[in-house]
Amino acid sequence: MQTHNYDVVIIGAGGAGMRAALESSKRARTAVVTKLYPTRSHTGAAQGGMCAALANVEEDNWEWHTYDTVKGGDYLVDQDAAEVMAKEAIDAVLDLEKMGLPFNRTPEGRIDQRRFGGHTREHGEAPVRRSCYAADRTGHMILQTLYQNCVKQQVEFFNEYYVLDVLMTGDPRTDEGVRAAGVVTYELATGEIHVFRAKSIIFASGGFGKIFKTTSNAHTLTGDGPAMAFRRGIPLEDMEFFQFHPTGLAGLGILLSEAARGEGGILRNSEMERFMERYAPTLKDLAPRDVVARAMANEVREGRGAGPKKDYVYLDLTHLEPAHIDAKLPDITEFARTYLGVEPYTDPIPVFPTAHYGMGGIPTNIRGEVLANATDVIPGMYAAGETACVSVHGGNRLGTNSLLDINVFGRRAGIAAAEHAAEVDLPDLPEGVETPTVELLERLRDRPATEDRIANIRTDLQELMDANVQVFRTEETCRTALAGITDLKKRYETVAIQDKGRRYNLDLMEAVELGFLLDLAEIVALGALHRKESRGGHFREDFDTRDDANFLEHTMAYRTLPGEEGAEGTPIRLGTKPVVITRYEPKERTF
Amino acid sequence: MTAVAEKPQADAGEIPSFEVTMRIARFTPEDDKGVHWEDFTVTMHGTDRVLDALHEIKWHIDGSLTFRRSCAHGVCGSDAMRINGRNRLACKTLLKDLDISKPITVEPIKGLPVEKDLIVDMEPFFDSYREVMPFLVAGGQEPSRERLQSAEQRERFDDTTKCILCAACTSSCPVFWTDGQYFGPAAIVNAHRFIFDSRDDAGEQRLEILNSKEGVWRCRTTFNCTEACPRGIQVTKAIAEVKQAVIRGRV
Repeated sequence: MQTHNYDVVIIGAGGAGMRAALESSKRARTAVVTKLYPTRSHTGAAQGGMCAALANVEEDNWEWHTYDTVKGGDYLVDQDAAEVMAKEAIDAVLDLEKMGLPFNRTPEGRIDQRRFGGHTREHGEAPVRRSCYAADRTGHMILQTLYQNCVKQQVEFFNEYYVLDVLMTGDPRTDEGVRAAGVVTYELATGEIHVFRAKSIIFASGGFGKIFKTTSNAHTLTGDGPAMAFRRGIPLEDMEFFQFHPTGLAGLGILLSEAARGEGGILRNSEMERFMERYAPTLKDLAPRDVVARAMANEVREGRGAGPKKDYVYLDLTHLEPAHIDAKLPDITEFARTYLGVEPYTDPIPVFPTAHYGMGGIPTNIRGEVLANATDVIPGMYAAGETACVSVHGGNRLGTNSLLDINVFGRRAGIAAAEHAAEVDLPDLPEGVETPTVELLERLRDRPATEDRIANIRTDLQELMDANVQVFRTEETCRTALAGITDLKKRYETVAIQDKGRRYNLDLMEAVELGFLLDLAEIVALGALHRKESRGGHFREDFDTRDDANFLEHTMAYRTLPGEEGAEGTPIRLGTKPVVITRYEPKERTF
Repeated sequence: MTAVAEKPQADAGEIPSFEVTMRIARFTPEDDKGVHWEDFTVTMHGTDRVLDALHEIKWHIDGSLTFRRSCAHGVCGSDAMRINGRNRLACKTLLKDLDISKPITVEPIKGLPVEKDLIVDMEPFFDSYREVMPFLVAGGQEPSRERLQSAEQRERFDDTTKCILCAACTSSCPVFWTDGQYFGPAAIVNAHRFIFDSRDDAGEQRLEILNSKEGVWRCRTTFNCTEACPRGIQVTKAIAEVKQAVIRGRV
């Protein structure tokens, strides 16, 4: 075992982690610890853009952006956080341009902007051009630009070090004065354990879309950060709110950006009807994602799906000029050609909603500080990006606001973490802090061979979640999911892996990841069961309207203490946290 | 009444399945077998990629088979490997586009030390990348808004911004195979991306770096890199443009 001492340790090297590192490493000794090489992170898969009210091509202002974010999130958004994000969006985009990001340009040479779902002028009157973009690879350019600047600034990376445990000076559920102390990591190349002592820790480890089968998410998005935080007594917020992106390639889940609709693409059913005109008369195909995804699923349920199994709808770009498609949507049209053999110039593309983004995560305030409960922070602990819940996305994230989130709150967390580190000493760690991690790994590695396999349990989990906790949910389906997860957890307790080696044991890594997925899926299903209303991405067929009287509040899921009884037989206790409302009282959402 | 368009000619039919043999170069540092081939026969479907076949093996036959992957749709750059003798991304190579009547060979990319099975040590590759100053260096006073750049100026380096650092190009280059000191195509592509960016002021420094012994002049214009690039970047053309700039002594 090796021990390292740093002021700030950042978990994850995607957009949020690297944006934080650029701030933190200027001010404090910083290590970025990441299970992937930095440029492999899923930020790079984001396509459409990053919204900011630059008003480069038409009138716009940050207040409209705030409103859209709040309304898009079905009023579960913390409005103070949304104001911060919309205001700081402008500098966040300009900062990236100064770092070298090659945005598409207007004829005047300014950053070009285009339309995106749910982004409007004058509080919903009409779509507005707010999304700053680099073709349909904006996330790729953000990831590359941040990495380039990390190279320039000589940020210290520990690549392929998998963080498995987060250390604090006590238990945030029961102890006073608990603060961040370090992380335990597993070096994939050697199998060696490294303990990083730190004054500040930033979770920037991304999402957990792999709890679902049909997903746009990378194989590696297994919710490691939220799950390890939860195991150590940090609550998770609003985990039942998961976004299903309307346009995944049918059967594959690979994402086709909303930019396709921003540039004029139209959704059609098997009758080639533009069905969004019925569901969202004003914004039509550019309504927020939850609205569009449900409309698509409903078309299929009512028998208007296309294809041999009538199980998808079409994204139609055939009325657009091929030159326009090539200039603005080159990557996603290539996905259609490569993976489905469809030529988007001439044929509509089969699409269906795909699990895309977790609105919930590790709760933070607007400085990125992690909350121990509805009110208190854990000093030295920070989170940003999809892994966090600040909450700027509420019940449903607007397109492009994720790239914005990572830049605005990654930056804030980086600054706050470094400032905190300047004020405190390195906490002492007792001997043997790595023991639980070592035991977890040895347990998985040393079990006698089994018929059952990690992959089988994972597939069963993903199919269970797709069948029961996807776009449409009911009390019955949520209970089915919870019971199923309990069974899967039992299987997980005995399943063996096959690779017994030390070096690059990715069989072992996948086993650890599955443990994290199981914990998070249970929290998602339990939250979905308890939220007896429909809001944003969470739709209950048995409670199909929003219920502000009873549910205008965040869900907080805590791991039960030893001896404590959890909800519905799970090891989870549910609490709440008030929603911050500053200027927009909840109203009915129409688009 | 909502808008209705013309129906497409035909819907995609049922997806056929087939058997395919994957012949994989195995290497475990912890045993004494060295590099050796192992065959696995799996049942796959018409839309499956090489990555799906590797997963099928890892998840259901041999959990010790080891390779990197993440996004699984050709944007993260993790899974470059040598498939039937050609560098490609496993997640972007459809099985049906290969000759499945014969075993499909899968090996690690060449020229970088093999760590285990299909995993190579990427550090030498990233070292070369870091040496070419792969970041914007803009002098003068920082503007309060964005720097202006015309659409034409932006277009000048568009192609090389697509690079995902997968190393398919560099590890397909015969010069790199024999001389690991050579910067390699990927590093030159990433230098090109800044040399031709109208906002950048360090072009001459980069040209000087690339005019060195291990720089652009090692390139023999074999076009392997261009063929290998999963992003369709005109790599050899980019290298040629850098060579011309070196000769001119300016961008």
